[in-house]
Amino acid sequence: MRKIVCICGSGLGSSFLVEMNVKTLIKDLGLDIEVEHTDLGSAWPGIADLIICGSDLYDNCKRFADTMPLQNIMDKNELKEKLVDYLTKKGIL
Amino acid sequence: MSNFIKFISDLLSSPQILLGIIVFVGLVAQRKPVSEVIRGTLKAILGFVILGAGAGILVGSLDYFGQLFQYAFDVQGVVPNNEAIVSLALNDYATSTAVIMVIGMAANILIARFSKLKFIFLTGHHTLYMAALIAVVLKVGGLDGWLLYIVGGMALGLTMVVFPAIAHPTMKKITGNDEIGFGHFSSITYWLSGEVGKLVGKGSKSTEEMNFPKSLSFLRDSSVSISLTMLLMYLIVTIAAGPDFVANTLGIGDNYIVFAFIQSLTFAAGVYVVLAGVRMIISEIVPAFKGWADKIVPGAKPALDCPIVFPYAPNAVLIGFLVSFLGGIVGMLVLIAVNGTVILPGVIPHFFVGATAGVFGNATGGRRGAVIGSFINGLVITFLPLLLMPVLGDLGFANTTFSDADFIGTGIIIGFLANYGKFAITAFVAVLFSLPFVHAFLTKDKVEA
Repeated sequence: MRKIVCICGSGLGSSFLVEMNVKTLIKDLGLDIEVEHTDLGSAWPGIADLIICGSDLYDNCKRFADTMPLQNIMDKNELKEKLVDYLTKKGIL
Repeated sequence: MSNFIKFISDLLSSPQILLGIIVFVGLVAQRKPVSEVIRGTLKAILGFVILGAGAGILVGSLDYFGQLFQYAFDVQGVVPNNEAIVSLALNDYATSTAVIMVIGMAANILIARFSKLKFIFLTGHHTLYMAALIAVVLKVGGLDGWLLYIVGGMALGLTMVVFPAIAHPTMKKITGNDEIGFGHFSSITYWLSGEVGKLVGKGSKSTEEMNFPKSLSFLRDSSVSISLTMLLMYLIVTIAAGPDFVANTLGIGDNYIVFAFIQSLTFAAGVYVVLAGVRMIISEIVPAFKGWADKIVPGAKPALDCPIVFPYAPNAVLIGFLVSFLGGIVGMLVLIAVNGTVILPGVIPHFFVGATAGVFGNATGGRRGAVIGSFINGLVITFLPLLLMPVLGDLGFANTTFSDADFIGTGIIIGFLANYGKFAITAFVAVLFSLPFVHAFLTKDKVEA
C-alpha cells in the first residue's frame, strides 16, 4: 500500500481537509503511506491504491481504484473505523 | 549599491515572491524541517505562476467569446466564473490580495478567539477569491497602501465569520450537530433557499425519498460539465455571429464550428489550470492557518467547503444544480429581453452553489423547498452580478465576473460606500469589525452580574 488519494468535485476544499485528517491518522497508526488530494476530473484508473471521497461521489470514483465512501466527510471516527477496517483486511495492520 | 536596492524592491514588488516570503515565514515559524520549508515555499510560488498561466489561456477564449456575443446580440455577454475573474484580478492586484489574505486570516482568528462567532474559515480558495474581490473594490474606491491592507484585512476577517454565521441555523439542521460550520461564499442565497423552504415546504417529502436517475452523475466532474456548457454557448454565439465575422473580423482560418469547439474547450482547460495553481497555493497556506487557529482558539468551529453537505442529500445536489441552471437560463432570457448586459449561466456556480442551495432548501422544505429555493438561487446569482460590475473598475468589462452571492454582496456594499469616500469605507469596516468584540464584552458582563 503506497498511496491514498482524497477526491472531491474541484479538489480544493473538502478533499484537502479529508487529506489532513487521513495524514494525521496514518501517522498515528505508525504507517508510511503517501496521501494526496485532487479533483474528480484529474483521477485516472490506478491513481492510487485507495480513494477516499464523500458517499455522493462513490459511483464516480469506484472505477479508478478501491474506493472508501464517507457519509460525513469530516467525521474522524467514521474515517478511522473504515480505514482501520480496510487496512486490517488488506493485512497491513 | 543601487543595483542591490533595485533587486530588493523588485523582489518585494513581485507578488509571486511576496507570497513565497509569506509562506516561508509561516513555515519557519512552525519550525518545519528545512526540506519542508523549501518545498512549501517553492510550491506556493509555482502555484502562483501556474495560476497566471491559466489566466492567459482564459483571456484568449473569453475575449473571442465577448466579441462574438457583442456582434451577435449587440450587448455585452458575461460568463460568471470565480476562477477566471480572480486570475485576471491577480494580474494587477496580486500584492494587495496576498497581504489582505494574510491579515484577513489573522483577523478571523482574532474575532473567533475573542467573540461569540467561533468560526474558522477553512475554505482557502474562497478566502483567496474574497481577498481579491476586496482588494479590487477598495482600490477602485480610492484606498491605497497600508490603509488598503488593514481595512481590506478587517473586511475579509469579517466575511469569514459573518457568512458562516448566516448559514449556520440551517447547517445545524442538515448535519444534526453544532460542531461544524459552513464556509462557502454564497451564504446569502443558501440562507434565502432555507427561508424559502420554510415558507413553501410544509408537508413536502425529502428529496432523498425519491429515485433520481443516476445517469446524470457524470456531470459531477466539473471539467466535463464546464466543457459541455461552454461548448453549447460558444456554438450558439458563433452560429449567431456567422462564419463571415469569424473569418474576416476575428481573422480565424479554421472552419467556424471547429473554432467554437476548440475555444470552448480552451476555456475549460484554462479553468482547470487556474484550479491547479490555486490548489498549490492554498495547500501551503491552509494547514498553517488551521494550525494557528487550533492553538489560539479553543472551541473553534471549522467552516468548511460546500461538498461537506452533499453526502447528506445526493438527490438534492443534482436537483439543485439542474433547477438553479434553469433559473440561470430564465434569468438570461429576461436580460436578453430587456436588452441590457447579459449574464450567462456559468456552470461552476450553478453546479456548486445551486447544488448547495438545493440541499439547504431540502433541509427546511423538502422537495418543494429544494426546487423553489434553488430556482430562486439561480435567478439571484444571474441578476446580482449586474450591480457588482460597475464597482469593479476596468475588470467590470472583462466578459467574466464573480459568480457567488457573498462575493457579489460584499462587493456591492463596499462599492456603494465608496461613493461617500475613503473615510466612509474605513469607518464602516472599523465599526462593523468592533461589533463582535463589543457584543462579547457586553454579554460577558451580564453572565458575571
